[in-house]
Amino acid sequence: MKAPHVEYRNVQKSYDGRVLVVEDLNLAVETGEFLTLLGPSGSGKTTCLMMLAGFEQATSGAILVNGESVHDLPPDKRGIGVVFQNYALFPHMSVGGNLAFPLEVRRLPAPERAERVARALGLVQLEGFEDRRPAELSGGQQQRVAIARALVFEPGLVLMDEPLGALDRRLREEMQFEIRRIQRELGVTVIYVTHDQQEAMVMSDRVAVFRDGRIEQVAAPETLYEEPERAFVAHFIGENNLLAGTVVGSDGDICVVDTQGGTVHAFDVAGSAPGDEVLLAIRPERVGVQPDGVSADSVSDDSVSDDTGHYANELAAAVVDVVFIGDHLRVRLKVGERDDFIAKIPNIVGHGRVLPGDTVRIGWATLDCRALPPDPTVLQTEDDR
Amino acid sequence: MTTATTFAGRRLGRYAYVGFCACAFVFLVAPILVIVPLSFNAEPYFTFTEGMLRLDADAWSLRWYRSIVEDEQWGRALVNSMIIGVAATVLATTLGTVAALGLANAAMPARRLAMGILISPMITPVIIVAVGVFFFYSKLGLAQTHLGLILAHAALGAPFVVITVTATLAGFDQTLMRAAASLGAGPLTRFRRVQLPLIAPGVFSGGLFAFAASFDEVVVVLLMGGLEQRTIPRQMWSGIREQISPTILAVATLLIIFAVLVLFTVEWLRRRSSEVSP
Repeated sequence: MKAPHVEYRNVQKSYDGRVLVVEDLNLAVETGEFLTLLGPSGSGKTTCLMMLAGFEQATSGAILVNGESVHDLPPDKRGIGVVFQNYALFPHMSVGGNLAFPLEVRRLPAPERAERVARALGLVQLEGFEDRRPAELSGGQQQRVAIARALVFEPGLVLMDEPLGALDRRLREEMQFEIRRIQRELGVTVIYVTHDQQEAMVMSDRVAVFRDGRIEQVAAPETLYEEPERAFVAHFIGENNLLAGTVVGSDGDICVVDTQGGTVHAFDVAGSAPGDEVLLAIRPERVGVQPDGVSADSVSDDSVSDDTGHYANELAAAVVDVVFIGDHLRVRLKVGERDDFIAKIPNIVGHGRVLPGDTVRIGWATLDCRALPPDPTVLQTEDDR
Repeated sequence: MTTATTFAGRRLGRYAYVGFCACAFVFLVAPILVIVPLSFNAEPYFTFTEGMLRLDADAWSLRWYRSIVEDEQWGRALVNSMIIGVAATVLATTLGTVAALGLANAAMPARRLAMGILISPMITPVIIVAVGVFFFYSKLGLAQTHLGLILAHAALGAPFVVITVTATLAGFDQTLMRAAASLGAGPLTRFRRVQLPLIAPGVFSGGLFAFAASFDEVVVVLLMGGLEQRTIPRQMWSGIREQISPTILAVATLLIIFAVLVLFTVEWLRRRSSEVSP
């Protein structure tokens, strides 16, 4: 079997010998994959990247590239392209000089150097910029040069550390697309660090969600959104309603959970037994809302109501606030003691009309409600809002 | 009426302020500038003659400048000063730069202590350094040699280099070194092609200071130098004590011009380096 392109094995990192910045990291990256390390600042994702680049040494564990440990290789012998957050272009060299630098170090003959520099500039759509100085370029152009420089010596692996952090929103979206196009065109493996979950979702084949030096979940963006396995992931990726409850019954993958607002059925992710505390995660757009007194028969969404026309899970709620967004209505509801339950009602013909103060019935399909292991810190952040 | 008084008072205050500044300036610069016209004296005196004050053309002359060129002692002193100055500068610049690079490394232990020791020749009275160096170098057989003076002057000049290079390194983006490493450059290539060009203005201005420190140093030379090691300041010293010839005024004028040029160069380098760094 072919070894993964990059593999972290039980990697730990501590700067002061006491606090672990990275706790027991295990991660394999396949050749040609675009993998994003996503997490809040201080979660250890950049440290993981810097250890792979060779700027930091792991305290314990092993990092393997193509099946071989890189522990004893200094950064200049690893042949890994790196794009830094602040671009790190050499200010005293022209754009062409910056791009030729790795080729001169590798003693490539001048004609081949010039050809490769021109090709790399073409790749990032900066043809003819050889003689410009980095200071004369815009932020977006500097970023393109930094990417071209990390690619010009044809590394199989490129690391990017929040490369778009300094750009404005429009340019950032453009560059996300560009980086993805270049990565597909060259077939290189990219490990990308960001704290922007939208960026991670748009660009990646897989996303590793970091928290406090640990990986919470590694999966394709769609899987992370649809099937979060931890409350932190459910909370961090997109928007989610989190309800605390106690398991009262269990039937295979489905468990029955008592919450403050009533009893619901949920998909059991944690493999819980009766008596266990769980957190229920339900996406706002998967919640159906019906005014009291109106039969759920009129609910057009089949996924929400079952054959008998009733919600599979039905809770009583009070409308606190309704905001008209345009394509949907954003309804804030009080369920039990908490009043931060959000439902998004699509703005389509026949949607239920609700007003603040109404009592309503809300419901959702059992599979859209995931029972996750409890996580006090995640609920706490909900309270803080 | 009150307004008028305040206004007058304020104007008076302003005159006093300008007057005080002018006095301070004159006090600082006049003793140096007065040497310049005196060096064109036609007579062998250290004062303005009546003819000079009347702007009589005959009272002014270039004879002391001519005597610099004609007197081979001055020529030898210049050669000595240049040899010792240049060699001490090269040594001080190299060592000072390497020291500053090491001191900038966060992993280095006892950085403050090491910095203090390196800077100490600047703070210790020169006479103490000179006496210490004299006794120490005599034992090694380095007293009354060019090499001895070069080493002593290098030690005196190195702190200037350490300080200017340390200041330049504070503005140096260490990510550039990481970038260079990721692009395949080894430690020496990284230093030569990325770090050195970017901190060069600091290295160069430190070198100029080190050269100036050696070039006008007299105490160490008095103690350590023999007849063979007479530098320009040493020659001026004996000029005052033994000959009392206005030739030293002419030399002093040339040295002032040299110092001004050095200062301008340093300032120009400082501006250039602040333009390069982003």
